[in-house]
Amino acid sequence: MAHDHDHDHDHHHAHDHDHSELSETQLRVRALETILTEKGYVDPKALDAIVEMYETKIGPRNGAAVVAKAWTDPAFKQALLADATKAINALGHFARTGDHLIAVENTPQRHNMVVCTLCSCYPWEMLGLPPVWYKAAPYRSRAVKDPRGVLADFGVALAKGTEIRVWDSTAETRFLVLPMRPAGTDGWSEDKLAELVTRDSMIGTGLPKNPTDMKS
Amino acid sequence: MNGVHDMGGMDGFGKVEPEANEPTFHERWEGRVMAMVRAIGANGGVNIDSQRFARESLPPEVYLASSYYQKWFLAIENQLVERKMVGADEVEAGHALHTSPPLMRGPFTPNDVMRCATRGSFAREPQGPAAFKPGDKVRAKNINPVTHTRLPRYVRGHSGVVERINGCHVFPDTNAHGKGDHPQWLYTVVFDARELWGDDADPALKVSIDAFEPYLEKL
Repeated sequence: MAHDHDHDHDHHHAHDHDHSELSETQLRVRALETILTEKGYVDPKALDAIVEMYETKIGPRNGAAVVAKAWTDPAFKQALLADATKAINALGHFARTGDHLIAVENTPQRHNMVVCTLCSCYPWEMLGLPPVWYKAAPYRSRAVKDPRGVLADFGVALAKGTEIRVWDSTAETRFLVLPMRPAGTDGWSEDKLAELVTRDSMIGTGLPKNPTDMKS
Repeated sequence: MNGVHDMGGMDGFGKVEPEANEPTFHERWEGRVMAMVRAIGANGGVNIDSQRFARESLPPEVYLASSYYQKWFLAIENQLVERKMVGADEVEAGHALHTSPPLMRGPFTPNDVMRCATRGSFAREPQGPAAFKPGDKVRAKNINPVTHTRLPRYVRGHSGVVERINGCHVFPDTNAHGKGDHPQWLYTVVFDARELWGDDADPALKVSIDAFEPYLEKL
């Protein structure tokens, strides 16, 4: 949810310095929107709709539904790994996804992790807008050199000997990690399985939730 | 360009600090910036590669000290001024003061919003056969253009293996500078961590990039 102006005033008392910087940015952003609107380049209602779409409709639930489907439907999993964009769009009932999505499968032998060292490339349609850490220097600098150290920052330790493959998104390809289905989930429905699929497990910086942590 | 944005392998930035229950936007203005950039981009005012180059071209101290959406804002404002879609006098005044060239696809209205829900395709018709195939040993060229490129520094001069061909795509190195699509074959190239980082590197780590054909030479 976007914070409103009242919140910004509350913020002022807690972080005076931050606020003075932010208020200059706020003023400049508002001025640019006014200019673009007055010039007829953009309709502010259209901007409202874009913001709302990313706040309410496009998020990691899309990716979680795809992962849960792959866990329960071997033919879909095969199609997903062969051509993720095509497989997801053929389903029809999930959000559409654009070119050029590649799904990469975690196995007991190999763990996949996705980064964009140059900017912030990320599968928006599947996961929503990327979190701040994904776009920030610590992750972008270390993921390709010390991914086990990065995983430790997330509290994740892989089994000894697990190979790590890091995918640096340097072009218009996008990557979705297909995590391993947790044991103890036999017979679970797709909807229930999707509850186990976290955003970070689809980036490769986390693992799915433990089924014993779920309310039945 | 060899800018601070090219961060792969740098040290000293500290731990990764995930935020629990992170909101989509931390401040309202962040959403407005995201939406303005998407809208202007969708209707042809800027393209994805020119936007990236504008962010990379921010002074290094500004790049490192600015939040993500601050960088987006500074870059879109710079680009709009450079392209004479917005005047510096208008930025100063906070209002439109004169007429400007229209967006290629006209004003961005609520009817255009769904076009922002799905990524566009950057795939293009091949201009010739692919030079490499999966299994080929290749070296990332040692290039250092001052213009936009998507070949990160940490792989330049290093040897890897072509793993997959990802089709033919718009070439960012030209598209960023208004010099056309120049479609190029795109390959996933895998590097052993010890090739990139030396003998002390994790022997069980492999790193891949997606490399356009002009970035590679056959070994």
